[in-house]
Amino acid sequence: MQASISISSCSSSFAPVAPRFVGPPALSYSIGQHRFFRLRKEAFGFCSLNQPCSIPIHEYRMRNRLPGMKITASVSSNGSPSMGFDYDLVIIGAGVGGHGAALHAVEKGLKTAIIEGDVIGGTCVNRGCVPSKALLAVSGRMRELQDEQHLKALGLRVSESGYDRQAVADHANNLASKIRGNLTNSMKALGVDILTGVGAFVGKQKVKYGKVGFMDTEITAKNIIIATGSVPFVPNGIEVDGRTVFTSDHALKLEWIPDWLAIVGSGYIGLEFSDVYTALGSEVTFVEALDQLMPGFDPEIGKLAQRILVNPRKIDHHVGVFAKKITPAKDGKPVIIELIDAKTKEPKDTLEVDAALIATGRAPFTKGLGLENVNVETQRGFVPVNERMEVLDANGNVVPHVYCIGDANGKMMLAHAASAQGISVVEQVCGRDNVLNHLSVPAACFTHPEISFVGLTEPQAREKAEKEGFEISIAKTSFKANTKALAENEGDGLAKLIYKPDTGEILGVHILGLHAADLIHEASNAMAMGMKVQDIKFAVHAHPTLSEVLDELFKSAKVNVAAAVPQPEAVAV
Amino acid sequence: MTTAITPLKTSFLPSSTAASKQLTSPSTLRGTRRRCGNGVRIQAKIREIFMPALSSTMTEGKVVSWVKSEGDKLSKGESVVVVESDKADMDVETFYDGYLAAIMVDEGGVAPVGSAIALLAESEDEISLAKSKAIDSGSSSDPVESQSQPQATIPEPEAPKVTLVMDSASVSVVSMHPAATAERVVASPYAKKLAKDLKVELRSVVGSGPMGRIVAKDVESAAVNGAPSPAPVANSNVRVSVDAGIELGSTVPFTTMQAAVSRNMVESLAVPTFRVGYTIITDALDQLYKKIKSKGVTMTALLAKATALALVQHPVVNSSCRDGKSFTYNSSINIAVAVSIDGGLITPVLQDADKVDIYSLSRKWKELVDKARAKQLQPNEYNTGTFTLSNLGMFGVDRFDAILPPGTGAIMGVGASQPTVVASKDKRIGIKNQMQVNVTADHRIIYGSDLAVFLQTLAKIIEDPKDLTF
Repeated sequence: MQASISISSCSSSFAPVAPRFVGPPALSYSIGQHRFFRLRKEAFGFCSLNQPCSIPIHEYRMRNRLPGMKITASVSSNGSPSMGFDYDLVIIGAGVGGHGAALHAVEKGLKTAIIEGDVIGGTCVNRGCVPSKALLAVSGRMRELQDEQHLKALGLRVSESGYDRQAVADHANNLASKIRGNLTNSMKALGVDILTGVGAFVGKQKVKYGKVGFMDTEITAKNIIIATGSVPFVPNGIEVDGRTVFTSDHALKLEWIPDWLAIVGSGYIGLEFSDVYTALGSEVTFVEALDQLMPGFDPEIGKLAQRILVNPRKIDHHVGVFAKKITPAKDGKPVIIELIDAKTKEPKDTLEVDAALIATGRAPFTKGLGLENVNVETQRGFVPVNERMEVLDANGNVVPHVYCIGDANGKMMLAHAASAQGISVVEQVCGRDNVLNHLSVPAACFTHPEISFVGLTEPQAREKAEKEGFEISIAKTSFKANTKALAENEGDGLAKLIYKPDTGEILGVHILGLHAADLIHEASNAMAMGMKVQDIKFAVHAHPTLSEVLDELFKSAKVNVAAAVPQPEAVAV
Repeated sequence: MTTAITPLKTSFLPSSTAASKQLTSPSTLRGTRRRCGNGVRIQAKIREIFMPALSSTMTEGKVVSWVKSEGDKLSKGESVVVVESDKADMDVETFYDGYLAAIMVDEGGVAPVGSAIALLAESEDEISLAKSKAIDSGSSSDPVESQSQPQATIPEPEAPKVTLVMDSASVSVVSMHPAATAERVVASPYAKKLAKDLKVELRSVVGSGPMGRIVAKDVESAAVNGAPSPAPVANSNVRVSVDAGIELGSTVPFTTMQAAVSRNMVESLAVPTFRVGYTIITDALDQLYKKIKSKGVTMTALLAKATALALVQHPVVNSSCRDGKSFTYNSSINIAVAVSIDGGLITPVLQDADKVDIYSLSRKWKELVDKARAKQLQPNEYNTGTFTLSNLGMFGVDRFDAILPPGTGAIMGVGASQPTVVASKDKRIGIKNQMQVNVTADHRIIYGSDLAVFLQTLAKIIEDPKDLTF
């Protein structure tokens, strides 16, 4: 086993350090012999190479952290473990969440291992955000080339547009491998131990890993993060054959382009795929259980999205219905989808289509984790956690040293949220209390145009306002008034701000329009930093840029705080 | 690649096979099925082997070869037949043990997806029974008389403007759809959208998509052919009979077809048209024709192909204007070719003429002409044209002027190719075969220069026809 924890693969400027351990030496020492600290130049002044710290460096830092001292960035190789443990931190699952946690942990000097049973990068990189962005890049260009009116308005003439399905699929696949490579290399370069196999709890602070059925390597860790992610959720009654009835996993391979594709679920996954497939020539039918399409979005944004992204396209929809049974195409029959009324459960309709994409959400992947060995019961598969991502046992008490981040805890099923949660956990492990404000985590849907949001939707804000007795106000700006958007001839879109008029606190921002996914960060950063509308109003935006949509938005908000500074007029350049 | 056949009859499979004359289900079985409704299987231990769908776009398949012969014992998983789909040849295997009792579609025959191509008997004793069933089905397979009347989809005589008159053939296409019952219409999302925009009643549209589903182009053509279509004259009870002699001085009411033609012609007056002519040297084309004539290639197919290839480069000439406010660049190049038939005129359509190779195109043309003569053309086979060709050259006509069919952008009249004394640019005199063409176009959308460059391209293609046989 020791052999497997080999010498870390740091590349340059090594400085051997043999930390002195007070505890049982056998295990720790043998590791210590092979382990190196890599110190960046800026660290030299702080910690002499010849005077190894007498305690593991991360603890040293925690105890001696001086305000303003930039020590944390100084150590970029995997640390040495705490007393009696193989690792300071073991992360089960090398998706975006696990990766983010691992990187931050190494930066903090924790000796870190990551266990991955499938592929590095997890869903996002291999079967999710990343390859879908490649397909959406293609669909966006296809749309531009197919939009004759748009081209004509710009004075462009394109005689013919077409695509090579396999080449498009290859682009997505190549991108995934490239990003996967980047992720793997970044962890290797920092010396994170990548342990191959599936991991499971054996007991307190003890994990085993290996191939399924041969999980016979046991390691101990001071802290353990569960980051096992999720898999596409397929409701009962739906038979997935991977060819005519499939999930996003298969759809991303783009093995064929059906003439008629039913998409079950109109959340952001379904919406993105409708963008891809309609651009490539499919016609799409949405099947949505709730009474409106895109139920997760702010209703106003959802309505506009329907007007821009659904109605003008070759898409129709059935809302308020469940797909009770879906049978794959075979024996000359098409894919058959039996719809029932979502409320009365009465049979409503039957669809016959060429293919069906199941985009009904994602289910946590937490089976076989040995959670019973640490007295944890999953709830609908999710690992229960508190706001600090600390795992809770059956009685609601914190299980010490066990954390769960990302899709597996179900708090916010977004790759970057998982990563942020991971970083928050590492901060706590290092002794700094940290609670991630999920309301400042942005989300985006990469349709053409894009949709993004952060914080509360209008109904959520109104509910909260009523409960807590405060007022809210809404400000809106349109992309039609933005010079850059008009230059692109892409004036469709809306930005919406929900705020407290008395304090200027930003409660939510929603954007539908060109590059909305990139624009949202001004709002999410402001929220994360606690900036008020009246503060951000004075920030200057380059002209002409799309970011002026947000500039206008903040400026149009009416805050009743007695303004200390007179508001400058917007100056036209 | 192998694919398993489903030998069991499923309740919604096609019951009428007018579209493909080679093949029908046994009428006795059909009756049983109709009465029993969904889910009831035929009692006899004779299973039908069906044409499988080997791809999502496959609507019919060709039997390339039978791996087994009648009387052979089959065991589960064995290959029985090789089927050619629109994409590839595939071995088809059986799910059941038994004996191949009767082959219903011979090698080279075509059958729609889901129709029986053979019978599988469970025991040797049942082979003869199966055989007699197969023969029964053969004798009762008059496609035209197959239940055309009870269909609820036949529109009222004074149906709305966009209703198509349905002949028996088109009705049976409707019945081919798995779910085409009186209440259900299966149309793709875009077809539905278009139908709403163009105010087309979907119930009256005949689907040409996979499994008979209504797709966008069906709606478009239904909207274009607003007037009852002139083609299927199966229901015309008044017919001018040349044999009976024309009674001079008598007034004869229009037949259905003549009435439709008349309506269309009057309607065409609303479109501002103009004409552009061109003289094309055809020596190279004539030579090519001589060379490949033996392979069944016809001059009509060659002209259609050349026209289609020229249209690829000039999509505006393949466009159409329906509302006077906008025009549509048609996605397919479908060449309609005017054919005079007994008592009228019809324009069978060579669909995707730019993509289909010349040999298939010629075969298709022959098939269409045969069908037109037998009055069995289905609506999508005569009303989906995006550009029309009219050739009177065979009568020695050297030039003429055609009327633009409503809903299309242009029509080309083709005159005879005649040896002509020509002075060439190098100041020599020689004899060349020349043919005059004359295009009539809708000037709202197609302008003089459009036609000029189109004709230039066409002339280039015809004068150097190597691309026609790619």
